Amino acid sequence: MDRPAANQSNIRKADLASLLKKNAMLIILVLVYIFFTIMTKGRMFRPNSFASLINQNAYVYIIGCGMLMCMLTGGNIDLSCGAFVCLLGALGGMMMVYWGMGTAISIIALLAIGVVYGCALGAIIAYVHVPPWIATLAGYLAFRGLGTAILGVSSTNSISFNSKQEFLSIFSGTLFKTPEGTLNWPCLIVGLVAAALVILLVFRNRAVRLKKGYEVDQIGMDVAKCGLSAAAIILVMYKLAYSGGIPTVLVWVGAVVLFYSFITSKTTIGRHFYVVGGNIEAARLSGVDTRRIMFIAYLNMAILTSIAAMTTVSRFTAANADAGKNFEMDAISACVVGGVSASGGAGTVLGMVIGATLIGVINLGMFQVNLDANYQRVVKGFVLLAAVVFDILSKKKAR
Amino acid sequence: MTNYLLEMRHITKTFPGVKALDNVNLQVEEGEIHALVGENGAGKSTLMNVLSGIYPYGTYEGDIVYNGKECKFNSIKDSEKLGIVIIHQELALVPEMTIGENMYLGNERGHRLAIDWNTTYSEADKYLRMVGLSESSKTQVKDIGTGKQQLVEIAKALAKQAKLLILDEPTSSLNEEDSRALLDLMLGFKKQGMTMIIISHKLNEVAYVADKITVIRDGTTIETIDNHGREPVSEERIIKGMVGREMTNRFPKREKVKIGDVMLEVDNWTVHHPLYPERKVVDNVSMFVRKGEVVGIYGLMGAGRTELAMSIFGQSYGVNITGQLKINGREVHLKKSASDAIKHGIAYVTEDRKGNGLVLSQSIKVNTSLAHLDAVSSHTVIDGDKEYAVAEEYREKLKTKTPTVEQLVGNLSGGNQQKVLLAKWMFAEQDIMLLDEPTRGIDVGAKYEIYCIINDLAAAGKSVVMISSELPEVLAMSDRIYIMNEGRFVGEMKASEATQEKIMAVILQSGRSA
Repeated sequence: MDRPAANQSNIRKADLASLLKKNAMLIILVLVYIFFTIMTKGRMFRPNSFASLINQNAYVYIIGCGMLMCMLTGGNIDLSCGAFVCLLGALGGMMMVYWGMGTAISIIALLAIGVVYGCALGAIIAYVHVPPWIATLAGYLAFRGLGTAILGVSSTNSISFNSKQEFLSIFSGTLFKTPEGTLNWPCLIVGLVAAALVILLVFRNRAVRLKKGYEVDQIGMDVAKCGLSAAAIILVMYKLAYSGGIPTVLVWVGAVVLFYSFITSKTTIGRHFYVVGGNIEAARLSGVDTRRIMFIAYLNMAILTSIAAMTTVSRFTAANADAGKNFEMDAISACVVGGVSASGGAGTVLGMVIGATLIGVINLGMFQVNLDANYQRVVKGFVLLAAVVFDILSKKKAR
Repeated sequence: MTNYLLEMRHITKTFPGVKALDNVNLQVEEGEIHALVGENGAGKSTLMNVLSGIYPYGTYEGDIVYNGKECKFNSIKDSEKLGIVIIHQELALVPEMTIGENMYLGNERGHRLAIDWNTTYSEADKYLRMVGLSESSKTQVKDIGTGKQQLVEIAKALAKQAKLLILDEPTSSLNEEDSRALLDLMLGFKKQGMTMIIISHKLNEVAYVADKITVIRDGTTIETIDNHGREPVSEERIIKGMVGREMTNRFPKREKVKIGDVMLEVDNWTVHHPLYPERKVVDNVSMFVRKGEVVGIYGLMGAGRTELAMSIFGQSYGVNITGQLKINGREVHLKKSASDAIKHGIAYVTEDRKGNGLVLSQSIKVNTSLAHLDAVSSHTVIDGDKEYAVAEEYREKLKTKTPTVEQLVGNLSGGNQQKVLLAKWMFAEQDIMLLDEPTRGIDVGAKYEIYCIINDLAAAGKSVVMISSELPEVLAMSDRIYIMNEGRFVGEMKASEATQEKIMAVILQSGRSA
């Protein structure tokens, strides 16, 4: 009589272990955050820190989505995105500041340049079969040089966007601005609505599955899942509400992240990215146009880089020669820490977001405890290595 | 008492779920050429891998006695140190390197810090002369033909001071003339006292060079035939040992199926090798399949069967493909893409399920829907529940053993992986199923289930082409059999009239006339 009960508790234990393993990076993120909150005597938990995290890391989330798609196809990367950000910033400065082009037309032009570069890069990689890291190394070398040369029109090698308030408000402004330290109601309401939507979606999905007779998770699991995500959303938005409102860049990041989450998890084209990375020959013989997937990966990367370029220029209110430096490495690190396979075929947008946030939290925390900038780099390097080692070891044990 | 250079006693090797070798005994005398024959999957290669230490001591049962001493090899290095050198069927040469560099790869001349190139090339030249090659050892390997590359492999083995040379299908990629030269070279080495083991499908060659022939079937040694008599042993005698197996209930009964019109017709189909475009891999082949019919294509490995099927499947293999393709009586010109072939109702179920059939890092569900993703999605958005239901349906239909369809395919056994592969193409609802070695590397029970699936496919009116190198399977499952050898169709028989001996005879004859 005892047996089934014992069995059940065993299953629960196994479930719990796999649950912990699945969410290990998220748990580490929370622990690291708590660690820095203690180290900074609460400064890390203040509204300003939340706002900084979003503003400082917006480009990682956006470029990270593109890098994720590239890496899914088989561990391919784009080395040129950082330098491309510099070039686009310089071109944007020329258009808006020197040639006096309108904001809307300039944004469209910058996106168009992204599309052109993406098509060229995609064609070279997918149809000429140049290995991606070589094809993008060319851009890595050329674009910063080109960008810096263009910036030479200004004696300071930098073009200021201070006169272009319209552009700045689109990419680095604040919606429903209120003074810092006061509660910004629209911001909180957006958070509450988003949390409600999450809860609604989870339970609607559950109801539909029950109706169709499919298996569902235990109700406790669903409650815990959406309860925690809703709480996290409300916490972030509540904190932001005291920092002056919703940063517009959060809207961009949110839109990009949600869009790519949907593409990768729900659509046929997203599925094709995974199977191309899993086994390109099997994908090809199953009728997947593998070259088209490679082409789209790099076209998509260039478009996202264009968006990230505009948020970056806007955040610093200037285009300069150092813009976008190491962006490619930051995006790759976010993916790798977030569990994206370096050989392709596995990884999620949510994982990348957690990875990017973890690195962002460590950066901000180290800055706030006044760690020497050189040692910050050392820590970042080891965090990256530790994350990958941890990932490989935990997967080995799972087998 | 005879002096054995090598004795392998009671070797048993088990892989998860399969007993690959079961109490195998092999005795090789010093200075003889010993042939090892058997069908594909009989265990010849496994046995040689045990001998050379690829499967280290402890992973098998039984003893290896070499030169009077018991050996416990942990790696291929250990066995090579004693002079046991294996030359694999696939040539393992680096095309961009010179012959000399290749010969001493991993065995470099000179001292620890620098390679002594003078010694390397002068010694390499010496061994090249021994195998009858006049090329300089500074020639790049890609610049010499396959026949000469095979000789370089042998020279490489000699350079390792080989005492026991194992040649795995050394002539499989050679033409008649090169093959004969190679065999004569072997006889020459024998005179100088070298001991050799040759694995071969070409029985006429075996009868020509071997002193003794050991037959392996289903992982056990059947017999060792002495070839010292005045007359060389007859090929029929060897075949009897190879194929004489019991056939009780290894195949499900075929129900009478109404056979309909011709579904797929291929005329004068010729395919060239993608890397060596002057080489014909498929040579002027014509065939057809009717609805509800199972057509077997029998041929040994390397006969061009896979290449034929893949070239039909949207030119997935080969270059300069010529010939006509008719589907349902209408001529079609498929674009060079698998998706175009799929649109025309063709499915190619690969022989290499791990290499190009399945995405091992993905779930059963993802693999099942892969070739027909549109059917479980609307406006490119996948309906996850529907996809799950489809995968469940095929799991039940094909009796795939797995706790859930979310299981990664890489964690399944070979037989279950094969079922997932079949499920993928059954769900794709194709009319023409090209099955390439559908039962390779899976155990007898799973084979039976795959045969049932094939019968069901035919009963549902599909046209099935089954490529196989297992004669009993071809005989039991097909309505009609094409026999393929060296890129050509050399015979066609109704299954009711075919026997194993007849088919083997056709292949041997075609080999002689060529």
